[in-house]
Amino acid sequence: MFLVDVILSGLILGGMYALIAMGLSLQYGVARIMNLAYGEFTIAASFMAYLLFTAAGISPILALAVAMPLSFALNWGIYRVLMTPLVRRAKSPGALEVDSILATFGLLFVVQGIMLVAFGGSYVSYSYLAIPVEIIGSTVALNRLLAAGLAVGIALALTAFLMRTRIGTAIRAVAVNPAAAPLVGIDTTAYAAFAFGLGGALVAASGVLVSMFFTFNASMGVVFTMKALIVVIMGGVGNIFGALVAGLILGLAESLTAAFLDGGLTLAVNFALFLAILLVKPTGLFGKAAR
Amino acid sequence: MTLKDWTLPLIVLAAAAVLAPLPVVAGSYWMALLVNILMYATLATAWALFSGPTHYVSLATAAFFGLGAYTMAFLGEKLPLPLVYGVAALIGAVVATIVGLSTLRLSGVYFVIFTFGLAELVRQLVTWGEAKYGGTVGRFVFIDVTQQGIYWMLLGLLVLILLTGFAIQRSRLGWALRAIGEDETVARHAGIDTTVSKVAVFVVSATFMTVVGAIMAPRWTYIDPSIAFNPIISFQVLIMALLGGASRLYGPILGVVPLAILFEILQANFPNSFSILLGLAFLVIVYFVPNGIVGLIDQGRGAFIRATRRRPHPAE
Repeated sequence: MFLVDVILSGLILGGMYALIAMGLSLQYGVARIMNLAYGEFTIAASFMAYLLFTAAGISPILALAVAMPLSFALNWGIYRVLMTPLVRRAKSPGALEVDSILATFGLLFVVQGIMLVAFGGSYVSYSYLAIPVEIIGSTVALNRLLAAGLAVGIALALTAFLMRTRIGTAIRAVAVNPAAAPLVGIDTTAYAAFAFGLGGALVAASGVLVSMFFTFNASMGVVFTMKALIVVIMGGVGNIFGALVAGLILGLAESLTAAFLDGGLTLAVNFALFLAILLVKPTGLFGKAAR
Repeated sequence: MTLKDWTLPLIVLAAAAVLAPLPVVAGSYWMALLVNILMYATLATAWALFSGPTHYVSLATAAFFGLGAYTMAFLGEKLPLPLVYGVAALIGAVVATIVGLSTLRLSGVYFVIFTFGLAELVRQLVTWGEAKYGGTVGRFVFIDVTQQGIYWMLLGLLVLILLTGFAIQRSRLGWALRAIGEDETVARHAGIDTTVSKVAVFVVSATFMTVVGAIMAPRWTYIDPSIAFNPIISFQVLIMALLGGASRLYGPILGVVPLAILFEILQANFPNSFSILLGLAFLVIVYFVPNGIVGLIDQGRGAFIRATRRRPHPAE
């Protein structure tokens, strides 16, 4: 069943894209920081999982428990130390956007450089749960299924957290209107830092999960950043459900392109989709009317 | 125009006349450094033509530079050289028009993201096309252009870019761009056709970048998509222009000279940690010199004028 193969692999890929994009959606939607170094953090988490697995035999699932809190703390620190001065300096939201893009662009090269020094430029992968499983007549590796399952689980947990808890409600308030949130007693800076850190925890999760079935190298972060950006904008900034749908669409589009057109054209199709959405509906698939 | 209005073009021409004979005295190491500086000077000045007044941060430099380099690789041996530069300019202009029309209607951050990916997109398309129809990954560029020839062409191009920028600044288009940079909505209400103004200057800027790529290609003798469309080119151009200050025509050049020399030293001595140092240099500039060297000069001049004013008059 060729078509089932294609659709299944597209959905699994899409689930990963959605997970990768959710962290960025939080960082950009709530903390208003367009983090161009985002993909480098994904790859850094992948390398961490790789090291833990090959050197210490620790399973990637356990690595999640280490990588997520670590990345939360690191990103929280980045927001507090590097981004807060920019937030204070910015005269308008537009100025903050430009400044944050420039600062994280510098960060991208620093993180990438550190990884290049530590691991070199060669491609890396490891074999974890590479057991074939059959679903509706199509064979899938267990590690991919597990990764996609965990991705959906994390997405649902995040949505529940944002919708059902007090902290989640406060985060959504900051996302909707950072100027009005302090009026109801919300410490905007603290919540922005928390959301930025939470985005960091998600980026670590996606990095670890991706490493289970994906061959990666130190200079690949930019690709993940691009994909995450496309998904975030397609799904609507700060919209977790939108990111999930957009991620799935992107994954399907890629696997269909690779199967029926040409593997070398997937990125071109990515961009065509991205541009089409921007031109027709700049606020994303589920976005409200233009601000 | 009064005499004062002619100062800038005259200074530009005089400086070019001073710099033109350098290849006669400089050795090959110094020539390589000079060509490098000139390449970034042309790219950064062309970048600032558009991004300076409008505040639209473009990361697409490598896309156009690479297009130019590939035009030279494809046509260099088939057509007479001047014609190749013409074709490169034409290709750059056409691509920039398409990109501009489809993206410049969008507001700030979406533009940055699209240009960020544009070089990657063009690179993927070229790699795909080469693998499918050319059957190669890279291409050799055997074209008889000397280092001196490249130097003179880049110098001439830099003069042309500066004069074009000067002409744009003085025209209605220049006013329109500055108005857009201040507040796009207000500019539109004042009757400025913002899309046409932005696309026009974007095309001019991108065309120059494409020609720079075509001029530089013979220096490498071998190019492949990851060399020609290297995102580090966009990155370096951006930080050089930022360090210098994009608010003035000559600003980017002030940033290019120190950084090109610094990068040269870093690359020669710390090839492995080059990327880290590059990133750190960038962070330092963003945090500590947000308005560029031009901003520092203006600040210094302002302080000087205030200080001289405050000084009591001798007669008092």
